[in-house]
Amino acid sequence: MNKKAMVLLLPGLLFLAAFMLIPITLTIASTFVQDGKLTLEGYLHFFRDGYFNRILLTTLRVSAVTTLVCMVLGYPAAYYISRTSVRKKSVLLALSIFPLLTSPVVRSFSWMIILGKKGLVNSLLVNTGIIDKPLDILYTPTAMMIGLVHLFLPLIIITLLGVMENLDHELVRAARSLGASPFTAFRKITFPLTVPGLIIGGILVFVGSLTAYTTPALLGGKERVVSTFLYQNAMTLNDWQAASVIAVIMIVITFVVVGLMNAWANRLNPKG
Amino acid sequence: MKEGNRALSLYTLLVFIFLLGPLVIISITSFEPGTVLKFPPEGFSLRWYKNIFEVSAFMETFRTSIVISLLGNLLALLLGVPAAYALSRYRFRGRDMLNAVFLSPVLIPGIVLGFTLLRYLIVVYNLPIVAGLLIGHTVIMLPFIIRVIASSLENFDFAVEEAAQSLGATRLFTFFKVVLPNIRSGILAAVLIAFLESFNNVDISVFMTGPGISTLPIQMLTYVQNYFDPTIAAISVILMVLTAALMFIIERLMGFAYFTKR
Repeated sequence: MNKKAMVLLLPGLLFLAAFMLIPITLTIASTFVQDGKLTLEGYLHFFRDGYFNRILLTTLRVSAVTTLVCMVLGYPAAYYISRTSVRKKSVLLALSIFPLLTSPVVRSFSWMIILGKKGLVNSLLVNTGIIDKPLDILYTPTAMMIGLVHLFLPLIIITLLGVMENLDHELVRAARSLGASPFTAFRKITFPLTVPGLIIGGILVFVGSLTAYTTPALLGGKERVVSTFLYQNAMTLNDWQAASVIAVIMIVITFVVVGLMNAWANRLNPKG
Repeated sequence: MKEGNRALSLYTLLVFIFLLGPLVIISITSFEPGTVLKFPPEGFSLRWYKNIFEVSAFMETFRTSIVISLLGNLLALLLGVPAAYALSRYRFRGRDMLNAVFLSPVLIPGIVLGFTLLRYLIVVYNLPIVAGLLIGHTVIMLPFIIRVIASSLENFDFAVEEAAQSLGATRLFTFFKVVLPNIRSGILAAVLIAFLESFNNVDISVFMTGPGISTLPIQMLTYVQNYFDPTIAAISVILMVLTAALMFIIERLMGFAYFTKR
């Protein structure tokens, strides 16, 4: 290896080794040891416990629905942005990046105002006589899902936009000149070429939802997901062993999801 | 075709109303004169903006957040600039792998990273909480710094550097006089993006609070869980103005291409 390069890389590598790789390796190792013996007891304890399985299921369900909704809302919007005039495009891009850079606390809090008992949605519904008692939306998995869609929608729009900008429009034009209708050209050319981008965007949303803390902490109330459960075990119950097991389960799920979906996106990528 | 376009633009309009509507609503409610958050507000008042400055916890945590983000940024630059330079300048075996290692903090769930840092930095290494906070923020800023700076180095022609050296300039002199000035705007943009990333961070900071030490987002989180008055709405507006200002500068420095690039 190049010696000059190594010298320049070393400080950063040592820093990451000391403050990321070693702590995480030690955390993983610690979950397999109990009273000085190697054991899987930490994990078995969790998966035998119906409570944790329910939390895990809620988390996966909320993340899956969030991802799906983000795809349905984000894809057409990104497609529109990619095809619109330069001026409009830059405005819409800026309007997508702004929420992305805004604090998640601010963004989740805005949904507390909207979804609360006396919030915008309930007062509209009650005042128009559609319902007579305010709905319990806040502090439910539905509220978490709405908050997460709001949190990650810009991310999928921007990712898809990047893919659509790189799309070779000559191919679409060629299809049109050969007699394909705009819809056929979209279905046969544009969509297949952008599916890998849709999957990559989906990975970002799914993994993000799976591990998000702020939104479920504010909008979920007593409803737990794995990240808030990890926090509760570590900070409220002071059970660091349990928290470590949850941390490892989160890492494993993240890597499995990223690996599987990446492989899928690569297989669909016509460029190979 | 025309009708399809109209339907698509209406759909996009609705998506953006969903995306930005909540931020508009939060801004409007911040002017509520009463003690309970309402939409629409019952009048116009700046009392909750005044309240931010009267609750000392907000001012203290705001200061902590700024200091941690700036110091962390400095540390991340010291570690990240040489790394980004090496990764763009030299071709060597294992380069792709090292690149992946430097970007890996974004792969680890933030809440997991926060917890492991608490468990090891504070308890095993016995570091003070402030140090843990600073280190944690540096870890999450590093990938942003390296990515943005490496992408501005991609547009730099290293032949210019070689020319300077062949004329007798030393390596260090060339770096500071030729390379750095050329990627100046990239570095500034990297600093701003990393600053926002650190300033808004919850996942690491939530574990690194102790007596007298906390960051603004954590203080806001705690406040919201106990009170429901318009103070947080007022802070939110101030933060959004700050975000918009930084975003404007980032756009001026390098455009938004970084965001759409994978």
